[in-house]
Amino acid sequence: MSLASADAAARRDAPARRRPVVAIILFGLLALLPVAVSLGLPPHWMTLVTRAMIFGIAALSLDLILGVGGMVSFGHAAFVGIGAYVTGIMITEGRTDALLILPVVLAVCALFGAVTGFVSLRTRGVTFIMITLAFGQMVYFLAQALSAYGGDDGLTLYERSTILGFDPFKNRIGFFYVVLGVLLACYGLVSVIVASRFGRVLRAARENATRVSVTGFHVPRIRLVAYVISGMIAGLSGFLLANQTEFVSPAFMSWPRSGELIFMVVLGGVGSLHGAIIGALAFLFAEDVLAGWTEHWKVIFGPMIVLFVLFTRGGIVGLLRKLGVARHD
Amino acid sequence: MTTGLLIVQILNGLQLGILLFLVAAGLTLVFGVMDFINLAHGVQYMLGAYLAVTFVGLTGSFVLGLVLALAAALVIGLALEFLVFRHLYDRDHLDQVLATFGLILLLNQGVKMVWGAAPLSVPVPAFLSGNVALLDGILYPTYRFALIGAGLAVGALLWFVVEKTRTGMLLRAGASNAPMVSALGVDINKLFMIVFAFGTMLAAFAGAMAAPILSVEPGMGDNILILAFVVIVVGGIGSIRGAFVGALIVGLVDTLGRSSMNDLLRLFMSAPSARAAGAALSSMLIYLVMAIVLFVRPEGLLPAKGRS
Repeated sequence: MSLASADAAARRDAPARRRPVVAIILFGLLALLPVAVSLGLPPHWMTLVTRAMIFGIAALSLDLILGVGGMVSFGHAAFVGIGAYVTGIMITEGRTDALLILPVVLAVCALFGAVTGFVSLRTRGVTFIMITLAFGQMVYFLAQALSAYGGDDGLTLYERSTILGFDPFKNRIGFFYVVLGVLLACYGLVSVIVASRFGRVLRAARENATRVSVTGFHVPRIRLVAYVISGMIAGLSGFLLANQTEFVSPAFMSWPRSGELIFMVVLGGVGSLHGAIIGALAFLFAEDVLAGWTEHWKVIFGPMIVLFVLFTRGGIVGLLRKLGVARHD
Repeated sequence: MTTGLLIVQILNGLQLGILLFLVAAGLTLVFGVMDFINLAHGVQYMLGAYLAVTFVGLTGSFVLGLVLALAAALVIGLALEFLVFRHLYDRDHLDQVLATFGLILLLNQGVKMVWGAAPLSVPVPAFLSGNVALLDGILYPTYRFALIGAGLAVGALLWFVVEKTRTGMLLRAGASNAPMVSALGVDINKLFMIVFAFGTMLAAFAGAMAAPILSVEPGMGDNILILAFVVIVVGGIGSIRGAFVGALIVGLVDTLGRSSMNDLLRLFMSAPSARAAGAALSSMLIYLVMAIVLFVRPEGLLPAKGRS
């Protein structure tokens, strides 16, 4: 790689240093949504955007390993599902306090990420895609076999989580701002990680793992740490998802879900963190509109994905950049 | 479990293994030669089954229906190759995965629109109906024997083509170094198309042969696709021998695991908890096998030669 292109790559890959115009506009618009709804926007938008932000958290976490780390995981929905199931099972067992549920969610996701990551990161490329897909499917079948907790039919929750006896999740607007707050916190955390020394090594390993190893870094360990962090954030989105839908089912982690998460990341623009959030919003809005037209919306949506892959590069953020809205530096 | 039951389960496992081999062989061949990961390979299996439903119904003959279904599957496969896959060969794996994922959404839903969401079936052909008596008077359907036999025959044919013919030589050369084959004056695009047509036919054949014994429904290709991935990872990517060994391992482990896990756990558990744990464990078993194989040999059991 020449110096100039390395420089360009470094600029492209440093979202935290880029002027965060798009991110500020994005979060500002999101924060104003409840106001807009009270002024006459369809109330259905609240539910839709809350759900989109939850998937945005999952897509953001996937972008950390897929976009920044160059690891194409096709099993990321498993983490969302594990987070949702841990939440669902604990609420069913009468432990509703989020301060009790969240540590368990994070611990289980970290453990699952550490074990499956350790095995799958021994491979690269296509084998990695296949293995993450297979591990995701393993959790899916495990959830189907959990007959004590709904099995194939899923598990309906009769209450949402509480926080120290308060229940901010009951109120729609309260829940919206909780989700927005978590999204913002996760965005900040991932941005800090990407801009840190650890993040730079992770990006460098994507470009050339051999050189990074020779420099003295243990590449598999760095990738594993990123994989585990990513899984924990995805688990967090699962916790929120279970609370929003008041229902968990194996379908949360079926493999098309993982494919959809990948599409959200690519749709927004790989490696640009706010792109993952924009991708999730665009995806859920497109799904909502198409599903309103016809029950066979996937017949339209599938070819849209194909055309998108064949004819666009850089996703929505790339497009904004071309239009001069998002700056390169 | 009695000996007779064990034999029946082994035969069932063998039969699943053969189906998996037919699907995985095409997938691994396409990947090995073209460095192209085709998630839509599973829907080609599904299309084979659906086309068999239609053509067997139209002609009233299983063999004629099978031939027509294969021809139609080939036409659809080549159309997809021309419209979509061809433009993805030099893209990275992320683009390939995503575009073929879009095709899965389209085709799964498209099949629902054309044939309906309800499961369909193909009658077992008359000349293969009936049972074969095994020992102890246990019967096993003739069609399932025929399926195993046909799968083995196709496997042998595949081995012959790959190892003994000029096309097969080019395939093997392409799998270890496609740019070099191209530089030596072989029309690599034509080679790619042949490989792709091969893979499509194998998957459609597996789907059509499975149609009389499995329910033909939308999404039936997705499950077999993921099992085929496990097969390829276990056997070693790009290797047809590996796919064969991997398919038999996965088929046998999955079938025997599901049938015997209950009895095994009953030895040291109460019956209800053995049933619950057995269901969970047996559905995870092949993935555990895959993890162990990867842990010991990350490149798979029989990796293709010449691949790094």
